[in-house]
Amino acid sequence: MSDQHRVVVAILGEVACVRFNDQKIVDSANIEEMGEELFALVEKSHFKHLLLNFDGVNFMSSAALNKFIMLDKKVKQVGGVLRLCNLVDNILEVFSITSLDRVFDIRRTEKEAFKAFGISE
Amino acid sequence: MANREWPWSLHTTIPSNIEAGHEFLDTFLSAISELGWEGRDLFHVQMAAEEAMVNAVTHGNRQCPEKTVEMEFHASEREILMRIKDQGSGFCPDSLPDPTKDENLESTNGRGVMLIKALMTEVHYNDSGTEVIMRKTRDRGPDGDTRSSN
Repeated sequence: MSDQHRVVVAILGEVACVRFNDQKIVDSANIEEMGEELFALVEKSHFKHLLLNFDGVNFMSSAALNKFIMLDKKVKQVGGVLRLCNLVDNILEVFSITSLDRVFDIRRTEKEAFKAFGISE
Repeated sequence: MANREWPWSLHTTIPSNIEAGHEFLDTFLSAISELGWEGRDLFHVQMAAEEAMVNAVTHGNRQCPEKTVEMEFHASEREILMRIKDQGSGFCPDSLPDPTKDENLESTNGRGVMLIKALMTEVHYNDSGTEVIMRKTRDRGPDGDTRSSN
């Protein structure tokens, strides 16, 4: 996991907790790299449970959303759970408009997401 | 589009690559920030402009170096008009799957165009689908009063 450029990963119990280095997840090359790094957590590092913490992220394009959809499928395929937290209101509105709030398990804070994973800080 | 006076306008062609598109959009976003666009309205414009630019460059021109994208953007304190035209073979925006339907929720198609339509006040595609015109009026004016919205 030392090859990560787009994300920072911390391990808490069985959950890989991901934060993002980019405030805007928009550049196509960066999105591809981000996707590879996230997919590797499931396919190479064999994490079943992932938490994506969007603290500091203020913009993302539909290309980024597509990567998260693909990640969600991979997590579900291994019987895991993907949760999202700390989304700003503008991005939450995008999830709502596109009905992706029905696909993803979105929690307001990291603490609430941890609690849903059964982790108490 | 250019028949009226706009405080800010930029009409140019860019090569078919995302970097050139972002360079144009950075200039545009800085300009409208100067005009007082901020918060949710600015986010909506940024999202629609980003999706339309990426669609023109990648789906329209398929990043072909021989093709260009025409970008005509106008802005005032209350209104933004954006026209993006590619040199691709076009598409029918109404033929895209509705990404909010249960069977399409996990599909990766159609969200960009859907967001453009949802976030802009008015959206028009030409018959061949190679040109999109998007208009946005501010939900709130610089002094915070409610104005026309989408």
